[in-house]
Amino acid sequence: MSTIKEIIDMGGYGAFIWPSYGVTAVVLLVMLIASLRDLRDNEATLQALDVSTKEEPVEKKT
Amino acid sequence: MLHRFANPTRFLRIASVVQPWMAWSTVLLGGAGLYLGLFSSPADYQQGNSVRIMYVHVPAAWMAMFCYSSMAIAAAVGLIWKHPLADVAAKATAPIGACFTFLSLFTGSLWGKPMWGTWWVWDARLTSMLVLLFLYLGYIALVNAFDDPTRGTRASSILVLVGFINVPIIKFSVDWWNTLHQPASVMKMGGPSIDASMLWPLLLMALAFTTYYLWVLLIRIRAEIIGNKIRIARLKQVQIT
Repeated sequence: MSTIKEIIDMGGYGAFIWPSYGVTAVVLLVMLIASLRDLRDNEATLQALDVSTKEEPVEKKT
Repeated sequence: MLHRFANPTRFLRIASVVQPWMAWSTVLLGGAGLYLGLFSSPADYQQGNSVRIMYVHVPAAWMAMFCYSSMAIAAAVGLIWKHPLADVAAKATAPIGACFTFLSLFTGSLWGKPMWGTWWVWDARLTSMLVLLFLYLGYIALVNAFDDPTRGTRASSILVLVGFINVPIIKFSVDWWNTLHQPASVMKMGGPSIDASMLWPLLLMALAFTTYYLWVLLIRIRAEIIGNKIRIARLKQVQIT
């Protein structure tokens, strides 16, 4: 296995192999990024809530 | 021993130390597994290069069952001993397990077409795996369906425990029923029956998937614990005003 064409072709099975690896990578990456974003959002919300509860109970949207 | 880690505050501290290790392990193990699986390992004498799908398909299927078993244990601990962290762990595992189940079905379908001549067949192994996906989705829907989170947790924990019967059915389906799917060649009596050149990338990818699971699990548990704190803080705010 040396040339790019051979790697893409994978002995005729490229059309099955590359989507397998591609979709696996995409799904796992999306799961990771969504989880990280959840964590960041929750951290920010909690921090904002902590600040607003320590202040006077002024109407403050988080 | 378990009680020491079941304290959410202590858990958060440990999680922030362990998380980068899991991230780096996933990258390194996954990188090595991908190189060996895609380029260095030989093609199969019968299946040709299509055998390379195994290196994502089999670890995904293992993790699908591993995640569900972990969820069942966590759900049982949550129901019996009322450990809040156990319920959080079960809830955090479900979406990751659902992803692995989807991937095992998807890559299996892509492997089935060239080898069996069909994308899908309603046999015991494939159908029981599809049932596993629905169990995950049912759990996720149920655990989020109640305004009172404790009721959702209780109902969904019972669902996970009842659904656990499906895990041995998946594992032994290839022995109990006629199927196109091949029987176990790694986890079986008498040791693995595949060559080391294929076993190594398979095990590396399985380890990478495991560390990925632990990595994302820690992130999700942390998010969930903070989410609980937000709920309590909001309740307090409502009481003040």
